[in-house]
Amino acid sequence: MSRLKTLVRNEAGVPPLGGGHALCQGCGVPVVVRTVLNTFTQPVVVVNATGCLEVATTRFPATAWNVPWLHVAFENAAAVGSGVESAQRALRRRHAMSADDEVAVVVFAGDGGTYDIGLQALSGALERGHKLLFVCYDNEAYMNTGIQRSGATPFGAATTTSPSGDVSFGKAQQRKDMTAIAVAHHVPYAAQATASHWHDLSVKVEHAAAAEGPAFLNVLTDCPVGWGHEPRLSLRLLNAAVDSLFWPLYEVVDGRYRVTYQPDKVVPIEDWLRPQKRFAHLLRPENANLVAEIQAKVDADWEDLLRRCQGGDLP
Amino acid sequence: MTETTLRLMTGGEAVVEAMRQIDPDVVPVYPITPQTPIIQGFAKFVADGKAQAELVNVESEHSAMSAAVGSALAGARTMTATSSQGLALMAEVVYIAASMRAPIVMAVGNRALSGPINIHCDHSDSMLIRDSGVAQLFAENAQEAYDLTVMAPRLAEHPDVLLPVLVCQDGFTITHSAEPVAMLDDEDVSSFVGDYSLPHRVLDTAHPTTQGPFAMPDYYFELRRQQAAALETALDAFTGIATEYEELSGRPYGPLEAYRLEDAERVIVALGSSAGTVKDVVDDLRDEGDPVGLLRIVSFRPFPAREAAALLEDADTVIVLDRADSPGGAAPLRAEVAAALYGSAARLDGHVYGLGGRDLHPEDVREIFSGCAPPYVGLRGVACPA
Repeated sequence: MSRLKTLVRNEAGVPPLGGGHALCQGCGVPVVVRTVLNTFTQPVVVVNATGCLEVATTRFPATAWNVPWLHVAFENAAAVGSGVESAQRALRRRHAMSADDEVAVVVFAGDGGTYDIGLQALSGALERGHKLLFVCYDNEAYMNTGIQRSGATPFGAATTTSPSGDVSFGKAQQRKDMTAIAVAHHVPYAAQATASHWHDLSVKVEHAAAAEGPAFLNVLTDCPVGWGHEPRLSLRLLNAAVDSLFWPLYEVVDGRYRVTYQPDKVVPIEDWLRPQKRFAHLLRPENANLVAEIQAKVDADWEDLLRRCQGGDLP
Repeated sequence: MTETTLRLMTGGEAVVEAMRQIDPDVVPVYPITPQTPIIQGFAKFVADGKAQAELVNVESEHSAMSAAVGSALAGARTMTATSSQGLALMAEVVYIAASMRAPIVMAVGNRALSGPINIHCDHSDSMLIRDSGVAQLFAENAQEAYDLTVMAPRLAEHPDVLLPVLVCQDGFTITHSAEPVAMLDDEDVSSFVGDYSLPHRVLDTAHPTTQGPFAMPDYYFELRRQQAAALETALDAFTGIATEYEELSGRPYGPLEAYRLEDAERVIVALGSSAGTVKDVVDDLRDEGDPVGLLRIVSFRPFPAREAAALLEDADTVIVLDRADSPGGAAPLRAEVAAALYGSAARLDGHVYGLGGRDLHPEDVREIFSGCAPPYVGLRGVACPA
């Protein structure tokens, strides 16, 4: 069956994440969650860090989830997932579960719960080698609490705690390279993906599910409220992130890098910046140097990625 | 009652033996003095194939408790251990573990909280999570650390309880001090503890559940009340489990221990190993014709307030010993006893002692009984060197 048909079939039965949740119009998170979970052919358990996804889908006594779902706190989703995975291994060894009943453990966390407060627990889980898929839905700030700056917020973006102003151009630092941090744990699978490129994302989930050990997916996910774009533009905007090389799509299998999508035509960084209010100040004439700086960084990062893909020396 | 063997072991070793006999499914571990002998001893049992658990070497106590919640709710019997700063770091998740009704058993080697940093015993770590909703049972010695650990899974997993149970033993004084301990046979522990069966396992994918949802003002209060009611139920559940355990071991247990309270005019109330010292002094004073006694609290949470009040009914003076302070307020055990005794004619007195591992000597206890001890027992009246 084609991938599209599989995804549609899984969504059309009992969808893992049903409708009626309170995520915003145009939010990329449910697109990511559905694409990820509908790719699985085996049963899944979802572990969720505190954040938009958790708050908007589980307001007691209602739930939007049709798969087992577990939330404990903000910073510890990877540790909770480790516990679920260990329980499964223990039960299997005691023959309380059969090997055929393998349940995939999928962790969803935002960039705060991954890059920042969740980093320690994630690092531990990756190092210990638990078989789980950790999906970061990276919308580049603390959106749930009101658009505060995170370690994933890109250079120049205005957030409520890194606002642009008379003497500030927004965030003055570069974001972390979280995918590279995951790769540095020698995990069998890590990848960057985005909600707009659903086929690419679904293939990566399949690769991740087949990995013997922890897998990490960093998925750029739009936030109309935090980015300040029209909800109807969400997927088109994510396309611009990919086509401008701001968010290259690639995977790292056992340490080997591979670009999974090469844009036919690379678009200028302004195509990514312009539709978003958080970057509006950058497009004023006096900030042309900042845009040039962002473009230069994107170009350099792309060159660096290509070198990694060729197994070349890292800078 | 079965044949038991006496072995010389520390409180830490006794807990390790109990864990081996319980044979939990998952044990997340992270080192901190003075509980470290527990996780090391258990890791060795796993390495030698004498325990079957998945040992999860997490990167912090916060993750230890987080992994424990995940594994316990997934459907695996789960135990862990901590002390002091470790308990402080995991405190956030201890509260959530209770609210998610995760029946985790945790050994605590009680140790003073920083700062200044210190590795020795007091109860400030336990008191930090007093209101978390977990059960806290305090052992007096290594034997009790063993016995309470064997009973703990039954209490944690009791269908009316389903809450974390902490078995607390004084750091070093019990964790590292060797005493003769009577162990049960492996098979007896195994059948006493029984199988782990949890309603609504997360791993039951045929019956999916949403666990740990978001609750707003329309439901939060009700959920918190249900959780508190479960801990209140744990008092009766513990009494029942202890009765069953006595049939097996010959050793009686309960939420509190009345030691020579008959006609006692002055009674000390205390937790943990210091009760042993107090018992010696009570015996001596009784020999001298002084009617004194001890009420030892085993179950600090849930607190047996009604039972304590009944046992203290005839005392003239009740003296509470706290091994934790509450700066700017009443020390925790004292506040508890004061609430239990409200309206009683007994005079209530209290002392803080033993912070950061300072010993409580028999002469201190005599002074306390005499009514001449200062509020902070054993505190030197000299300025510390600059």
